[in-house]
Amino acid sequence: MATTTAPGRLIGSSVRRREDPRFITGKGQYTDDITLPGTTYASFVRSPYAHARITAIDADAARALPGVRAVFTGKDLADGGVNAIPTGWLLPDLRTTDRRAIAIDRARYVGEAVAVVIADTPAGAADAAELVRVDYEELPAVASAMEALRPGAPLVHDDVPGNLCFQWALGDAERTDAAIRGAATVVRHRIVNQRLIPVAIEPRASLASHNAATDELTLWVTSQNPHVHRLIMGAFVLGIPEHKFRVISPDVGGGFGSKIFIYPEEVVVAWATRRIGAPVKWTAERRESFMTDAHGRDHVSDVEMAFDAGGRIVALRVSTVANLGAHLSLFAPAIPTYLYGTLLSGVYEIPAIHVSVRGVLTHTTPVDAYRGAGRPEACYLLERTMDVAARRLGADPAELRRRNFIPPERFPYQTAVALVYDSGNYVPALARALEMVGYDRLRAEQAEGRTRGRYLGIGISCYIEACGLAPSQVVGSLGAQAGLWESATVRVHPTGKVTVFTGSHSHGQGHETTFAQLVADELGVTLDDVEVVHGDTGRVPFGMGTYGSRSGAVGGTAIHMSLEKIREKGKRLAAHLLEAAPEDMEFAGGKFFVKGSPDRARSFAEVSLAAYLAHSMPAGMEPGLDATSFYDPANFTFPFGTHIAVVEVDVDTGRTTVLRYVAVDDVGNVINPMIVEGQLHGGVAQGTAQALWEGAVYDESGQLLTGSLMDYGVPKADMLPSYETDRTVTPSPVNPLGIKGAGEAGTIASTPAVANAVIDALAPFGITHIDIPLTPARVWQAVRDAKGRS
Amino acid sequence: MTRIALTVNGTRHEHQVEPRTLLVHHLRDTLALTGTHVGCDTSQCGACTVLLDGRPVKSCTVFAVQADGGEVTTIEGLARDGRLHPLQEGFWQAHGLQCGFCTPGMIMAAYGLLRDTPNPTEEEIRAGLDGNLCRCTGYHNIVKAVQLAAAAMGVPADRAALSGGGQDAASTSSPATAATR
Amino acid sequence: MYPARFEYHRAGSVEEAVALLGRYEDDAKLLAGGHSLIPLLKLRFAQPGHLVDIRRIPGLAGIGEEDGAIVIGAATTHAMLQRSEPLRRRLPIVPEAASQIGDAQVRNMGTIGGSLAHADPAADLPALMLAAEAELTAIGPGGSRTIAASDFFIDLLTTALTPTEVLTRIRIPVPTSGTGSAYEKYPHPASRYALVGVAAMLTMSGGTIARARVAVTGVGTHPTRERAVEAALEGERATDAVLAAAAARAVEGVDLRSDVHGSAEWRRALAIAHTRRALARAVARAGDV
Repeated sequence: MATTTAPGRLIGSSVRRREDPRFITGKGQYTDDITLPGTTYASFVRSPYAHARITAIDADAARALPGVRAVFTGKDLADGGVNAIPTGWLLPDLRTTDRRAIAIDRARYVGEAVAVVIADTPAGAADAAELVRVDYEELPAVASAMEALRPGAPLVHDDVPGNLCFQWALGDAERTDAAIRGAATVVRHRIVNQRLIPVAIEPRASLASHNAATDELTLWVTSQNPHVHRLIMGAFVLGIPEHKFRVISPDVGGGFGSKIFIYPEEVVVAWATRRIGAPVKWTAERRESFMTDAHGRDHVSDVEMAFDAGGRIVALRVSTVANLGAHLSLFAPAIPTYLYGTLLSGVYEIPAIHVSVRGVLTHTTPVDAYRGAGRPEACYLLERTMDVAARRLGADPAELRRRNFIPPERFPYQTAVALVYDSGNYVPALARALEMVGYDRLRAEQAEGRTRGRYLGIGISCYIEACGLAPSQVVGSLGAQAGLWESATVRVHPTGKVTVFTGSHSHGQGHETTFAQLVADELGVTLDDVEVVHGDTGRVPFGMGTYGSRSGAVGGTAIHMSLEKIREKGKRLAAHLLEAAPEDMEFAGGKFFVKGSPDRARSFAEVSLAAYLAHSMPAGMEPGLDATSFYDPANFTFPFGTHIAVVEVDVDTGRTTVLRYVAVDDVGNVINPMIVEGQLHGGVAQGTAQALWEGAVYDESGQLLTGSLMDYGVPKADMLPSYETDRTVTPSPVNPLGIKGAGEAGTIASTPAVANAVIDALAPFGITHIDIPLTPARVWQAVRDAKGRS
Repeated sequence: MTRIALTVNGTRHEHQVEPRTLLVHHLRDTLALTGTHVGCDTSQCGACTVLLDGRPVKSCTVFAVQADGGEVTTIEGLARDGRLHPLQEGFWQAHGLQCGFCTPGMIMAAYGLLRDTPNPTEEEIRAGLDGNLCRCTGYHNIVKAVQLAAAAMGVPADRAALSGGGQDAASTSSPATAATR
Repeated sequence: MYPARFEYHRAGSVEEAVALLGRYEDDAKLLAGGHSLIPLLKLRFAQPGHLVDIRRIPGLAGIGEEDGAIVIGAATTHAMLQRSEPLRRRLPIVPEAASQIGDAQVRNMGTIGGSLAHADPAADLPALMLAAEAELTAIGPGGSRTIAASDFFIDLLTTALTPTEVLTRIRIPVPTSGTGSAYEKYPHPASRYALVGVAAMLTMSGGTIARARVAVTGVGTHPTRERAVEAALEGERATDAVLAAAAARAVEGVDLRSDVHGSAEWRRALAIAHTRRALARAVARAGDV
């Protein structure tokens, strides 16, 4: 619940959000809300086949329809100088794919664009798109990565033999093998982390307009990172110089990763606007979102976790097959490798780990980062396996975890999979969660319930996340084709009002509030004196955008650095005005004053004005009061915590009800607890949905069977409980704010917590594992099979 | 084309529309009321929820011609005389929104819920909002927002604001008689 | 989502609607609440040239009582069914089921006539009509006729209505005293259609089940009366064992669907579990009378 707080005490307060008034009155401005004079509308013709040769396209009837401006094919774009959409993360020996905004000759997944119609009205464009006749020669397709690896499987790209895009490994294989050979107990199983579809409630949209007089192209697009869009689309795809290309990402209705990437449709509208001499807009229909938004997850993993006689983990070996879809999406190679394999130590001391990953192409929608991106896959794998191990070892799942935690004195902790954890203290979060849920009492209730056919389950998940992407030098050495710093400009106006230009992007995270809290506190001004600008390459100098829970830790620190520069310059100017030594100046409560003489002071506004009047400046000082900083973090940050789900399973139908959900998180220092809690709530809902309802299903021919909200189970309010939350605070030493990051923690933690709870409920049937999503049909089948066995 | 008359947020509008025009497109494209959003094709997400003759409907599943003669309230028409409606206040105060895209529809659906059930339990709120999807909040704070609004509207003066005059009277007003053929 | 072009006709009377259907034949569709039709039009799965809007035909919406029956106009919305005092008193299973259709917004537009005429295999009301032994009145070029619910639902999206008939009213006999009813639904988490829906109406007499009417929707191509279940109940005492044994016979002979959401065998289990629960609640409610 929001509170109001006195100025100077804003950091740490649940200030209610400054962006909300426009949203609750319908005055938000999302991309599809923007219409320019003369706007035309694009509608895409899409492949109904997962794999087909395009033998002919006849658009005569479409072109003849009144109001139709143009029909373009993949060949038209290539002839018009549009290049392939590149991959932004290169692994050693990675085989990249030639991904065209509109397919040329061959379509490789259901929904891939094969032509675009542009017309004066959206309905007219849809009418004309229906009239475009495409002749296809259907080819054999493969949707499952395991199938795609089989000899003789249909090839997605002829130049990628065996559909194997990359093989990647991390860790000490020999040491891991030896430890497993010598272990007292080895838990082995295969687990599936199913494919998910992001479903941000705002469908993707883009609007492009070319100014012939200035030769400037403006693109409004649903993007989490407009500068990245500008760089990649400008420099690589369209060949437009950055200074002639402005990308604006206005209000964005949720991203969850899916709006990081460069998509075909925005390339097409940006190219076509110049061709037809009018603004072009495209807004996805939800069925298009299902087919074309980058999907997430889709791993099959073989896991071996080895324990000594004392129940301590001695080794972990993981072999994963990751489905990448039909093309490499922007960051696809990084997700199942550096954002996954590196997290496989979890919160545990594991002396030997080895992980190998095969990235495989299939005739399905491209797969890329979805909330958590690699880290949920790692956490689910570990936490599910810990529960299987606890059952096998006869240990309490909470106790087994506690026994294996990295102790607090071991930080910074070097894992066996490359990362160095910044700080951590895992026992208090676990203890608090157990206390909140009433663990012992619940176990008793569970035992009692089982005697009369009531199946309660308790699921624990102790997670870690790597946030704050990331040291540029490190990610560069690992294949990233971009630096992952963040920039911020703080501009103090002559009246002492402040505009902050941040390269982070808010699409629900509340930066306009949290960053203003930071600025107001550090400059001693009020929230109303601060404006936060984001999402426009024409206003914000540089930026890398928002993903990987990086905005607070990285974007916030860049702002903090600029604020320090402002204060330093202010001190020197105030010292000059007060005829004092700069080293004697202090800044507090919005005043620069001489140490020990608080009356010898100049207010922040006075100093701001003086900086612009420049009537009297110290020697060598330039007029003006603004500062730009680039922050490149020294390390990731590592939030952690314990989540516990309590469920009841109706074994007659297989239906699961989530009765309670307890979350204790440690995300380091917090600027706005209300907003952080909100991030966790939403994450828990998404992770719970992966455990119970959501899953993209393709049939063998590559048709998406879960292609609408009629089939794909995005949870509604009546499917979820209220959440019981608390926090512990272990500041990160990595950044001066001590922030770790909170955007993905809930998603990462909740999938295993809920899955473990369901499988715990089914313990009386001897069930130790069911692959997620734990739909009623799957649970019922597992119970039936178990009854059949016994 | 068919001529229709709609009273939207208290103002009467007459327009020629193609019969296939959905109410949501009429509101967004013709009347420039872009607070009502489109989030799906299949009537699941509820982002397009508006009040038609006082009751929430999904404006993506109503043709503008069907609404002819009716009264429509959108999110833009909820605040009165510069004062936010208690539901708007509740969503703001309880952090019942993040990206804001589902919010207008969610608030209009909650309006319908509180009209029928002024003091809902948590379970009733969750059930009553089952026509709306939110991907950001996990619903926790939406439930709280509606509870706050219900409590605020428990005050007699504010109750009047919800169930009294204005466009709410539309539910009992007779449809206009503009011919459409 | 832009439907293909069509011509819009607002019918002022049932006769006018029938005449329009006759004039345009296969190229016309009736539009009431539109919540089954409009999604199909938006996806362009259906592209009729003419829509005949019957929602505002005077007298077509409303709930009344006559000669021991409740009479419901075809254009009555689900929300009206849900709130109807006469139904709550006389046929509480109707508001109970109606309140579980779709969501609040859908119920404000969707109509009983539209739902029945569309005959979605996972719709809620068809099961209810079978269990309640409703009679449906349709008006066509040759006048009016009455169709028993048991003769109405023929196959997937197929009813006994001819293309030029308009379903106008639904007549449901008010059950005799001692009757308890229940609708047990398992909604699909995404679509909220029934994965299974079981309507049960049991009349108790002197501790035994004198009359049982049970129908199931959601599992096959169309809703079915569960005569084997009914036979296993009638004349028996309402013990748990009797109810369970009767429920076990649910969906016998039904060609059960199997799809991405679950197997036919799971659907059978769902139908049996929900039948048992519906029966138990119906018995308990019969005791309340």
